[in-house]
Amino acid sequence: MTTRTETTPVIPLPATAATTLTGLGALAVAASAAMSWTWTSDFPGDLTYYGSPVGLQWLAVAAGVLTLALLLATLGTPGLRWAAPTRSNNAVLYAATGALAVAAYSVTSISTELGGLANLEPGGWVLAGGGLLGVLGALGLPLDRRTHVPLRILDKRLFLLLPAAPVGWIAAHAIPGDKPVAPVMTALSGALAIAAGAVLLLQLGHLANSQLRLGKVDRPLPAPRELPSWVEVLLIVAAFGVGSYAITFGIDTDYGELFIGYLLLIAFMIAALAGSGLLGRLRALTLKYRPVTTGAAFAAAASFPFQTGEQYASVATNILIFATVALGLNIVVGLAGLLDLGYVAFLGVGAYAAALVSGSPASPIHVQLPFWAAVIVGAAVSMVFGVVIGAPTLRLRGDYLAIVTLGFGEIFRITMQNLNGTTGPNVTNGSNGIPRIPELNILGFDFSQTHALGGIQIGRFGNYYLLMLLVTALVVLVFARVGNSRIGRAWIAIREDETAAEAMGINGFRLKLLAFALGACLAGVAGTVQAHVTYTVTPDQYTFADALPPNSAFLLAAVILGGMGTISGPLAGATLLFLIPKKLEFLSDYQLLVFGAALIVLMRVRPEGLIPNRRRQLEFHEADEPAPPAADDDTTALTKAGA
Amino acid sequence: MTTTTAPLLDVTGVTMRFGGLTAVNDVSLTVGEGEIIGLIGPNGAGKTTFFNCLTGLYVPTEGAVRYRGTVLPPKPHLVTQAGIARTFQNIRLFANMTVLENVLVGRHTRTREGIFSAILRLPRYHHAEAESREKAMELLAFTGLAHKADHLARNLPYGEQRKLEIARALASDPGLLLLDEPTAGMNPQETRAAEELVFAIRDQGVSVLVIEHDMRFIFNLCDRTAVLVQGQKIVEGDRATVQNDERVISAYLGAPLESTTPAAPEDTQ
Ligand SMILES: Nc1ncnc2c1ncn2[C@@H]1O[C@H](COP(=O)(O)OP(=O)(O)O)[C@@H](O)[C@H]1O
Ligand SMILES: [Mg+2]
Repeated sequence: MTTRTETTPVIPLPATAATTLTGLGALAVAASAAMSWTWTSDFPGDLTYYGSPVGLQWLAVAAGVLTLALLLATLGTPGLRWAAPTRSNNAVLYAATGALAVAAYSVTSISTELGGLANLEPGGWVLAGGGLLGVLGALGLPLDRRTHVPLRILDKRLFLLLPAAPVGWIAAHAIPGDKPVAPVMTALSGALAIAAGAVLLLQLGHLANSQLRLGKVDRPLPAPRELPSWVEVLLIVAAFGVGSYAITFGIDTDYGELFIGYLLLIAFMIAALAGSGLLGRLRALTLKYRPVTTGAAFAAAASFPFQTGEQYASVATNILIFATVALGLNIVVGLAGLLDLGYVAFLGVGAYAAALVSGSPASPIHVQLPFWAAVIVGAAVSMVFGVVIGAPTLRLRGDYLAIVTLGFGEIFRITMQNLNGTTGPNVTNGSNGIPRIPELNILGFDFSQTHALGGIQIGRFGNYYLLMLLVTALVVLVFARVGNSRIGRAWIAIREDETAAEAMGINGFRLKLLAFALGACLAGVAGTVQAHVTYTVTPDQYTFADALPPNSAFLLAAVILGGMGTISGPLAGATLLFLIPKKLEFLSDYQLLVFGAALIVLMRVRPEGLIPNRRRQLEFHEADEPAPPAADDDTTALTKAGA
Repeated sequence: MTTTTAPLLDVTGVTMRFGGLTAVNDVSLTVGEGEIIGLIGPNGAGKTTFFNCLTGLYVPTEGAVRYRGTVLPPKPHLVTQAGIARTFQNIRLFANMTVLENVLVGRHTRTREGIFSAILRLPRYHHAEAESREKAMELLAFTGLAHKADHLARNLPYGEQRKLEIARALASDPGLLLLDEPTAGMNPQETRAAEELVFAIRDQGVSVLVIEHDMRFIFNLCDRTAVLVQGQKIVEGDRATVQNDERVISAYLGAPLESTTPAAPEDTQ
């Protein structure tokens, strides 16, 4: 089971040369930010100035400085040693690669958007050169590598795509544009080109992997230094402060190029900090001080509207709604293992219920319940729907449930469309939805007004953000407590092996219904807030798939991408899935293509999700155990169907 | 309780048909309080199917199963609730749960804590949870797995996975434990240890019905042994009765009985 490792450089360089090169490269990347990268202000952010870095240039500064800091830390520089407890040079390489990624992305996007390398000013060249130099140097450092990684070759038939792509291109161009097949051929040749590109990239990736041999090498963390507990608590708070700043920066990026650069930087820096052991240290601390961690996390989240303006508070509120619903879905999918493809409908039920009792003039029910009562109504109605859908379907196993829930999601939307007074009784005002939902006013606190909280002006979206954060906190609390209880264990047991779970005395149907109802109820609560945030609820907000979240497909993607069965996973996954399509709008036609590619890359790199389950973390036990029995595996698979 | 009262488990005339195949044919069997009963037979004889009929996984085509005098409903969780626990021939642990959590799942029927209790976490919740953990740790100590409590079930070696299945089954405080080939894949030492474990379980007042291939194991352990061939119980009795029965001998030597035993798939559970 244990992989053999060695500590050798990829490129044989004298130790001092490698260190110097890496350091110089990192310095050059950071220093380039003080120079002009391009001569026109056409590129977003205006990178033409000397001495005053903006946007992408700040990312270069961060990348360069972090690389340098990690280099010095692994060298054992006094005062910095805490940053690299493992002393692994891999961390330096990842950071340097991050710097190169930011540099390469900046340089290519400048030269493609402005038309040619001629648009680069000296700063741009220093940036690119520094990035390359840093990675070359870091490849010369003694790295933790596996001794042997076999070269994987893709299915030979896939390579037929490589010659097919140019043939398709020629064919598409040979056909006169007025022929009816011309658009078909163009589309076909485009698809061929993309497929061929993907094959080429994948194979190159395998080749690089077999040469670099860097994957899956973890150094054990040395025991930490004894610190007084107040220092440890401060460290947690500081870490959350940094994290909150980083996330706020990402949400606040005001043009797509900056966001992509930011994502590249974050991805590589997280890898670097994981390699250096700093994240491991932090995780140990957070486990030691659970309540402090939870408190710090919520304080960091609550500080968001105090750091930024209304525009981003609106984005953040929508992220929070999406993330909260994703966490609710994680009870159903991640804990109980029920594939629900129509989950967004429960958000819709909650929102419609709240809208109907909100006192909106378009609502046929002319009552205005106080918000707390509306929340209870939304939660209750949603739960009833959950039970009504669940009761007949949860006796089925596996794929049936997915199909029925998919159907229910669409039935909900279409019903809301048809309860319009013409094709049905007028309840929901049809596809126009229920508009003019009044602003909330809780105990005299008017959500539509700007309030000064602690000297900082918090506007409408800031108010709703803070309210939604309370709902998120509620869902986190419910998830954490129920997930780690007799009920939660029963859900996980059902997910793992329903037959065995029933043989242990678990009433599978009842518990699945409970998961379904609880999930529906929590989504319903989120819906009641959402109705007020969006002013209007329309059926189209609650579809199965759409380019923008929340919809059932995105919710499921957030759960799987983030990490099934965890709390922070869906929250992180939802944040990413909300921001990526939103910030990629500048790619217009290619938006969905790039988004899809990003998802594929993410799932390739981390199939277990961004934040894997604690249970998976227990795999460290695997090193000192013999391999689990494999002999019975095939028969077990067979018998699951039979029993 | 006198010996004349109803037996713990009373199976009368259980038949299980799958389409044209009669996997279990009119089998009756009793297990008394504190007994260890063996069930042997060639592969495909219907032993696992018989267990599935007892535990509600299958609804028998004919016949009735009584436990402590009442007919068992054919629902696995109700059977466990009534007091019959089982293990599986092909280990079916909750692979991604820890060893301790597996046993805690086994406590499910003997605890009441619901969803509101879990959310509110009143003192009663903590009390019940602590009690469950204590009981689970006791069982892990009993089966010799206490030091592995925090390991994932799937990372245990084979023999320990079998032990964990037993610990998990015992967690429901059963009156009768059904073991389906508990020593399959074990080496002789582990088999010896398993024997000790079964005796220890019986000494705690739990009756045991065990399917096995290992004759030595069965005859060391069991008060009575029933032999199943092609779905029919051909003989039942003590060691001498079974060993000297010529139908048993011919079944195990593979000589024709009426028609030869088909080479059925190894197992269904
Ligand atoms: N669900 C099922 N459907 C059809 N046939 C089954 C099913 N379960 C078991 N059988 C058949 O019943 C017979 C007895 O199997 P089983 O009880 O597993 O035998 P044993 O445990 O004694 O080796 C076999 O022929 C098997 O194929
Ligand atoms: Mg069997």
